[in-house]
Amino acid sequence: MEGFPILTIMLLVPFIGALACLFAGTAARAIALLTTLITFALGCVLWANYEIGGAQWQFTERAELFAGFSYALGIDGIALMLIMLSVFLMPVCILASWTSITKRVGEYMSAFLLMEVLMIGIFSAQDIFLFYIFFEASLIPMYLIIGVWGGDNRIYASYKFFLYTLLGSVLMLIAMFWMVAEAGSSDIPTLMQYDFPAGAQTWLWLAFFASFAVKVPMWPFHTWLPDAHVQAPTAGSVILAGVLLKLGGYGFIRFSLPMFPEASAQFAWFVFILSMVAVVYTSLVALVQHDMKKLIAYSSVAHMAIVTVGLFAFNVQGLEGAMIVMLSHGLVSGALFLCVGVIYDRLHTREIERYGGLSINMPYYALFFLLFTMASIGLPGTSGFVGEFLSLAGIYQTSTLVALVSTTGIILGAAYMLYLYRRVAFGDQKNEDAAAMADITPREWAMMAPIAAVVLWMGVYPESFLAPMRADIAALDARIASAAPPSDSQLTIGTPREEAANAVADHGGGLPEHREYSQEGDH
Amino acid sequence: MDFVSSFTLITAELQICAAGLILLLVAAWAGDKAATGITYAAAAVLFVAGFGLIPALHMGVDGPDTLAFGGLMKVDTFALFAKALIYLAAIACLLVAPAFFNSEAAGKERGLRAEYPVLVLFAVLGMSIMVSAADFMTLYLGLELNSLAAYVLASILRADTRSAEAGLKYFVLGALASGILLYGMSLLYGFTGGTDFGVVREGLSGELATGALFGLIFVMAGLAFKNAAVPFHMWTPDVYEGAPTPVTAFFATAPKVAAVALTARVVFDVFGAQALAWQQIVMFTALASIVFGALGAIGQENLKRLLAYSSINNVGFILLGLAVANEAGASAMLVYLFIYVAMSLGSFVALLMLRSESGDLYETFADIKGLAVTRPVIAWCLLALMFSLAGIPPLLGFYSKFVIFNAAVEAGLIAFAAIAIAASVIGAFYYIKFVKVMFFDEPAGVVTGKSGTAHWVLLILTVAIISPLGYFLTPSLTDLADKAAGALFMAV
Repeated sequence: MEGFPILTIMLLVPFIGALACLFAGTAARAIALLTTLITFALGCVLWANYEIGGAQWQFTERAELFAGFSYALGIDGIALMLIMLSVFLMPVCILASWTSITKRVGEYMSAFLLMEVLMIGIFSAQDIFLFYIFFEASLIPMYLIIGVWGGDNRIYASYKFFLYTLLGSVLMLIAMFWMVAEAGSSDIPTLMQYDFPAGAQTWLWLAFFASFAVKVPMWPFHTWLPDAHVQAPTAGSVILAGVLLKLGGYGFIRFSLPMFPEASAQFAWFVFILSMVAVVYTSLVALVQHDMKKLIAYSSVAHMAIVTVGLFAFNVQGLEGAMIVMLSHGLVSGALFLCVGVIYDRLHTREIERYGGLSINMPYYALFFLLFTMASIGLPGTSGFVGEFLSLAGIYQTSTLVALVSTTGIILGAAYMLYLYRRVAFGDQKNEDAAAMADITPREWAMMAPIAAVVLWMGVYPESFLAPMRADIAALDARIASAAPPSDSQLTIGTPREEAANAVADHGGGLPEHREYSQEGDH
Repeated sequence: MDFVSSFTLITAELQICAAGLILLLVAAWAGDKAATGITYAAAAVLFVAGFGLIPALHMGVDGPDTLAFGGLMKVDTFALFAKALIYLAAIACLLVAPAFFNSEAAGKERGLRAEYPVLVLFAVLGMSIMVSAADFMTLYLGLELNSLAAYVLASILRADTRSAEAGLKYFVLGALASGILLYGMSLLYGFTGGTDFGVVREGLSGELATGALFGLIFVMAGLAFKNAAVPFHMWTPDVYEGAPTPVTAFFATAPKVAAVALTARVVFDVFGAQALAWQQIVMFTALASIVFGALGAIGQENLKRLLAYSSINNVGFILLGLAVANEAGASAMLVYLFIYVAMSLGSFVALLMLRSESGDLYETFADIKGLAVTRPVIAWCLLALMFSLAGIPPLLGFYSKFVIFNAAVEAGLIAFAAIAIAASVIGAFYYIKFVKVMFFDEPAGVVTGKSGTAHWVLLILTVAIISPLGYFLTPSLTDLADKAAGALFMAV
């Protein structure tokens, strides 16, 4: 693979597809599916050729095409995983829109393929301004997707989405100018190693936070999300939840943490407080929703709060957990939106009350929905468990209080998700039209089954996903370790007891091998 | 300093002047029948004059060799860059004129008048002199030649009340501004004893006398009027709305370039030693233009009026580059000007293509509803232009803001840049309204007319420039702008 510009090809293929779709009319569906499948295949080639434990930045390309910044691409393990997530979800999105989009199909598919180009670009950009260009450009297709093909209140939602995220990111641009002037390079790997003055870090961190907090989204900057999610077409919601929200987390892990470690430590508690509020508050809000999409949108905010908690835990478990939660949430919330989309296509309502007893007439659908519900809750064996467990284990080492509050999110998550599932899939078939719906079609099988398989794979054997990221996360941990905030969980190894606690009768008969059980936290 | 070298330096102006006079005679003898021919001839003259600039522009000229007529004019790379842009913009505005005036859109006075291209030529001649002025007399001469031609152009549809109103407003307020400028110049003359930029600059070094400060402020106010910068912007929406659309396209591009270039020349060449005094003024007008340009546009229904506010907003960003007061800022300003001209021309050409079957023009939001369904190509081009004006990457409008803010941050004006960029989000609101109306609303279906080749070529060309492809232009554009900015600072 030396010298083969695979990342550029991965940008070009969907771009050409997007142009073709624009002029293709209804044939655009097939073109888009084919293009996304080719891109996915290229993604698999990328993963297969990614050398675990090799150079930190692989598949690098560089060309001085523009004044002021360069065309520089390259990926590490973290970017690789997020690119895989994007290219994996894209064919699913195209399938999800196969029949539900009937007007202006060519433009719709074109917008989605353009999104794919931009997402691959965001994760593979190695020049900070190139990153910004891809990052901001994603507003244009998303604005069109929500505005043209969205629900009744789509105009308000599209304006809110656009202006909210734009305001968030323009300040980041100013910070980038300052950083590049200070460090003398716009190369991301160089900037990641550059030590900015601690005083400046505070301001830079805040400017980046303004952008990423809106994208993640963190409470209280999340209000655009429920609107955008509810009004977007199904595939739009999948992309929003699956990939666009990950841009915020990726931003933290790529920029805020390695570039401003001191400021990150300084603001860690600020992030924790926002995240704790988000976990509890948005979970409670999700509990009372009548609209399925809104419920899942609020659950996204709660899950992303687990991500931010893990990121700012300043240790390996937290970072790994945050990454796995991001990947898992990308799959699971995407799949949940698909589940909503499947029944929305049949009944054209998202009201939970209008459904009921679907497990009787749609057993396969109910099965998939159950799996994704459980994955969202974090049932062991699904991807959700791995990520949340690692994140919470990570934060426990930094703050037991934050760990305690964040863990309630799992209980509350179980409450709102199971409550949703009970009302939709179980109980009586109280609505005749809902009871008459047919089970999922082969097309819908093709959307759900691959996601379900990956969710289980990630839950049972997460090593496949952790291995490429391990070295990068270790490097990041080494970079930020010196700035880590003090821990309150006091993970000191106590002196072992002389005897086992239950060794009442047999004095002095403590079993030596039991000592290790008292060494909690030594992992 | 012989006359031959002076005349060689102003070859382009001589060509335009001669062509203007000859074409005026042709217009007088042949009448309006020849109007279209004269228009193309004028465009060709401008093209030839502009073509002649290329070698010098490419080489980069500065220093004393560029002074003509004993220091009255200075034809350096900076002047050449501005001239090239002005000629290009004027050519575009000439090419779109016949289709407009020969259709229903011109109202009762259907038919292109032969004076139109001649007036454009004289306006361009005035601008050419403006941007190469090195003396207040030359400056005023060029400015007035341009303005007088422009007043007539604004009211060229004599029977149309809106056009007449635009011309009158432009004339009265423009005369006032000229008066202010002239008064400022006379104060500066009184306090420094000269009209030559170099002499005035010498006289202004050291402590600034109160009278000289007033002179500086009056000159800056007069120039702000010509730039249409807040707080001297009130005429812009009315004039832009009332003037015939090809004329509006002209006003939004060529004179803007000339006025900005002139302002840059004056602040660096004349007030270079008093940077603190003028920098405050420019900073204020820049921020105020960005904010008021954005806020004023929000409620507008008329597209021409909206683009007028948009041009005020853009001037704010251009002046932001000027406020940086160094070479990088001036270079960024020139890059911005180039991209701004492309975006404005594209937008106005697109507006000129919103025609009914009989050629009448549509110019409100209600008319372009659902344009993406009925006229997809125009709608997609307008979408690209609007996102570009809003500064959203990957369109080239982002690059123009990129260079300006980069220069501002590198010069340490961080808070200033942060406020300005946050205000630019307000502007994004009405640009995306364009997209919303064209793409999200149900079609109104009134735009049915066909457009000529010239319109299509210009639209596709400008959209190609502002599309991501335009980024490939940036290295050479930056190189040129750097040379021009270097020439501007040569005297300092």
